[in-house]
Amino acid sequence: MNADLQQRAWDAAATVVDPEIPVLTIADLGVLRAVTVSAAGVEVAITPTYSGCPAMGVIGLEIELALSRAGIAPARVVTVMAPAWTTDWLSEDGRRKLLEYGIAPPPRGGRRALFGEEHVACPRCAVTDTERLAEFGSTSCKALWRCLGCGEPFDVFKCH
Amino acid sequence: MSQPDLLNPALQALALRRADDALVLGHRLSEWTGHAPMLEEEMALANLALDLIGQSRALYALAADLEGAGRDEDALAYLRTEREYSNLLLLELPRGDFAVTIVRQFLYASFVDRWWRAGMTSTDARLAAIAAKAEKETAYHVRHAAEWLIRLGDGTAESHSRAQHALDRLWAYTGEMFEPEDAELVAAGVCVDPPSLRLAWNHDVDAVLMAATLQRPRDGWMQTGGRLGQHTEHLGHMLAEMQHLQRSHPGAVW
Repeated sequence: MNADLQQRAWDAAATVVDPEIPVLTIADLGVLRAVTVSAAGVEVAITPTYSGCPAMGVIGLEIELALSRAGIAPARVVTVMAPAWTTDWLSEDGRRKLLEYGIAPPPRGGRRALFGEEHVACPRCAVTDTERLAEFGSTSCKALWRCLGCGEPFDVFKCH
Repeated sequence: MSQPDLLNPALQALALRRADDALVLGHRLSEWTGHAPMLEEEMALANLALDLIGQSRALYALAADLEGAGRDEDALAYLRTEREYSNLLLLELPRGDFAVTIVRQFLYASFVDRWWRAGMTSTDARLAAIAAKAEKETAYHVRHAAEWLIRLGDGTAESHSRAQHALDRLWAYTGEMFEPEDAELVAAGVCVDPPSLRLAWNHDVDAVLMAATLQRPRDGWMQTGGRLGQHTEHLGHMLAEMQHLQRSHPGAVW
């Protein structure tokens, strides 16, 4: 019974999308960490991508809403800090969706990828002759790059 | 709880110091919103501010929890006076021109990135969790500031002279970063002792200054006092603006 409730709660929470990148669900992102069922109700644990990520509040509300729509109550959302979120948690499906949305997925491999040579392929024309325009893009998790092939600027999901 | 409660007051003070550092610098960076020299930097500085304010929230929440007096993160940020703030003096100085902002950013990020990296193995699990997030963020802060410093120093005569001037002005505030931490916390493995980071910091800073064709100022007399609540005249003005809403409308929420 509890296992069934837990699965239903997970499935409901997993439908919530990132308000900044609406093609990704919080499950794709690895932001959804755990769902536990106890006598006190359902508890959903999420982890921030960045310390100051302004989307966390909205994501928490959306989860409560999704659970209540699925008839699951009482539920509460908690934020956990450890282990720290990394872009390596992004699902394969998530990486593919990002690319289709026009955002280059993050290079793999944590810190080494961050400060080693960077080769990012343009999400539009796949040319790897690209350059970084700005370290910080439209949100904390993105940088702004430009393709020297097609000349278009594009967002890169930063390695974290 | 991985630490005996005896260390709690010291850990609370540590969390508060580091929270004050992050909030004060974050606020200074946020002042650039609408004033940055170009759109990309407008975004970058706001993003840096967001990282720092996010880190300060986690640290204030930890400090409030350890204090156990019913104060929350907002009370610590908005309802303490200048003398109760324990941030580094370097971080409260006015944002200055773009060169001052970049030089400060570089000098501080080069230090705090290493401090956080060491903090990832803190014996206090809560601090280690905050460090694991902050370290990844500050790594970007270092790279951003270093690239700009090289561009400014090795740029035009005007940008070079402004960058050198900022470096000369801010240098006397760098010594405070390396003042020893609470000895008991260091002995218990809660945090690294800042003096032990000095050599590595010197090395990092020298390498970038050389690439930037900037002259490293000589270590002379160093300003101090921020950790004891003895601040420059600038912090009070900054807090007056930052705390205005909560002071005028106590308990106001969005």
